[in-house]
Amino acid sequence: MLSRTADNLYWLARYMERADCLARILDVTQRLAQLPAAYGGSTNEWRSALLTAGCAEQYKAVHGDEVTEQNVINFLAFAPENPSSIRNCFEIARTNARSVRTALTMEMWETINSSWLELKRYSTKNMTREELARFMSFVKETSLRFDGAAYRTMLRNDAFWFSRVGMYVERADNTARILDVKYHVLLPDSEHIGGPLDYFQWASILRSVSALTSFHWVYRESVKPWLVADLLILNAQMPRSLTSCYQNITRYLDDIANYYGRQGSSQRLARSTLTRLGNSRMEDIFQTGLHEYIDSFVTENNRLGSLVNEQYLL
Amino acid sequence: MSVAFDEMTNADGSIRAAYTALSRWLSDVPPDVLDMRRKEAEFIFRRIGITFAVYGDSDAQERLIPFDIIPRILTGTEWRRLSRGLEQRVKALNLYLKDIYSRREILKAGVVPEDLVYQNPAFRPEMNGQKVPHDLYVHIAGIDVVRVDAETFYVLEDNARTPSGVSYMLENREIMMRLFPELFADNRVAPVENYTDELLATLKSLAPASSSSDPAVVVLTPGIYNSAYYEHSFLADKLGVELVEGRDLFVRNDIVYMRTTEGPRRVDVIYRRLDDDFLDPLAFRPDSALGVPGLMSAYNAGNVTLTNAVGTGVADDKAVYSYMPDIIRFYLGEEPLLKNVPTWRCREADHLKYVLDHLSELVVKEVHGSGGYGMLIGPRADKAQIELFRAKLKQDPTNFIAQPTLALSTCPTFVEEGIAPRHVDLRPFVLTGADKVRIVPGGLTRVALEAGSLVVNSSQGGGTKDTWVLEES
Repeated sequence: MLSRTADNLYWLARYMERADCLARILDVTQRLAQLPAAYGGSTNEWRSALLTAGCAEQYKAVHGDEVTEQNVINFLAFAPENPSSIRNCFEIARTNARSVRTALTMEMWETINSSWLELKRYSTKNMTREELARFMSFVKETSLRFDGAAYRTMLRNDAFWFSRVGMYVERADNTARILDVKYHVLLPDSEHIGGPLDYFQWASILRSVSALTSFHWVYRESVKPWLVADLLILNAQMPRSLTSCYQNITRYLDDIANYYGRQGSSQRLARSTLTRLGNSRMEDIFQTGLHEYIDSFVTENNRLGSLVNEQYLL
Repeated sequence: MSVAFDEMTNADGSIRAAYTALSRWLSDVPPDVLDMRRKEAEFIFRRIGITFAVYGDSDAQERLIPFDIIPRILTGTEWRRLSRGLEQRVKALNLYLKDIYSRREILKAGVVPEDLVYQNPAFRPEMNGQKVPHDLYVHIAGIDVVRVDAETFYVLEDNARTPSGVSYMLENREIMMRLFPELFADNRVAPVENYTDELLATLKSLAPASSSSDPAVVVLTPGIYNSAYYEHSFLADKLGVELVEGRDLFVRNDIVYMRTTEGPRRVDVIYRRLDDDFLDPLAFRPDSALGVPGLMSAYNAGNVTLTNAVGTGVADDKAVYSYMPDIIRFYLGEEPLLKNVPTWRCREADHLKYVLDHLSELVVKEVHGSGGYGMLIGPRADKAQIELFRAKLKQDPTNFIAQPTLALSTCPTFVEEGIAPRHVDLRPFVLTGADKVRIVPGGLTRVALEAGSLVVNSSQGGGTKDTWVLEES
């Protein structure tokens, strides 16, 4: 397959996944910001939303230091000057989809194209809360449809595998960044454990990766910070955990390697990252430092992205 | 201007045979059902993303070409006559190009004036003496045809470079079959869906001798901002070949490769939808970022086939057009089966004088213009426009030809006020391979949606129709 086609498929999947993640971040932030201060609600939430989305710098360049709900929502959802706004994600996804139409199934193309057409109806500034809620569920549904269309209709060949690798690399990055921005509330600190202040923060982390219900099914306990970290980092049952993402990345990179008959540096790195996750225990992670652990994961994940790029996409 | 020939209804109100079933259906079906299906068709087109871009119109970057749900119908007998004429015409075009780029017998014989070749911006000296596979240059031709009465078809234009529109022929049929299955039960319509298979067979037949037994074919597009990008991706998809941009290809030791996830892969046949000028920055426009450096040298070495060949534009401009009947006689020793529209060449003094005296009756076109841009339709123009063209003509007469305004045939069309006659033309596609000529029965019918308008170009508000060729049984 053309390298450019693989590149487009890989990034198409990444942008769809990113849009979904942004919608969840906005959703959760709004929820938290509405809580009374005694339950952990604070205006800082909008600042941390920018950090989680990795857009703090760009935001500052446009809006300066003032962080308001309305500005952050506009910036993350619609701003043309934010290269990763939901709107831009959809726009780039569609541009990519147009240039690789031959590699997409009709169902995938229709999902992307019709959402892009529908998106235009939302592109207003200063949405009401209700409109925003509708918009978020539209974005989440779109990514579900895209994912489902890809899963149900694509041939199981390199086109499918590259788009899956893109999706999981992006997903791992998103999960890691959510954890990184909130890592301080996950640190075992006897003073806070069980207190209402952080409970809602933990719950919101789970919610942002749609895992609040799953948590209870997996641990059958009340929400505890180390368990939240365990679920999102090490638990293979959890589809957004770093371990699960790397199981998938490893598998699909191996599919590609077997298909082409050649292993390369990206396969080796993916396997070693997966092994490292497999050998980690939560106690050790907390001991060496959660922040450091996640930080080095993000770096390795980025490095994997570059290796995939060098090996296949150029 | 006389009343135009209507393809469904005779002057006395009777219905022509080909349209019997359709006419009955049209009178039975309630208008709101038609309206609903029209909206449905539009919805499908937009969702599939069958759009085209209009240059210089940033708001409407992706527009739909209006689709008319009433088909245009030809009988099998009409079609066979037409397709024989098309085959003859394309055969002559290929012989002409071979001659122009080798011995130039036709210039020596004085049939075509030399400057029409040498002064022609589409003439490619690089092609002199260049051998092309099977001496074929125009592998994919779109010949624009209009009809003026029950018997007479005129060729309006030969498109021998990168004719577009075939995706509409195919998609229009798909949509019609989806929306109106009952119509296809009442009419025996010859299928067109095998076009892409025929195209693939044509392209493979043209592979260079040095290629493997299963030649690698690609479609080369200028990219997603090109007005016909949808068509490029559509064709690549149906052909099952890669859709490449210039940057996906490179040349090493005069062999063309594409960059793939498994490393370089050889390319044998390039169905290019990129103009000559942009193909290779080393040979043509040095600023072209769309092309492939070194492509021409691989081509000259005979290691890759370009379809259509380089330099075919020298055969299809509007000045050469006027010589086509002579060109056919010269190479084939046959009378042209399809007529040419009488054409005044403004390059000739007596023709120019006639044109200047009759501007208000004539259609004046630029020799190298296309898409309905830069033309004057005398009977519809105001004084200022006519004077503007008079000045242009005097300044650069060789750049223009003039033709009488033809009474193009009309077809029933579903418009605002209901079903009304609108003018149509037809672009059938002629495929010429090493083994044979292939023409699928049909083509792209374009329709001028405005009452009385003769301009069918999509860039000027024209629409399209499905084109049916009825089988006799």
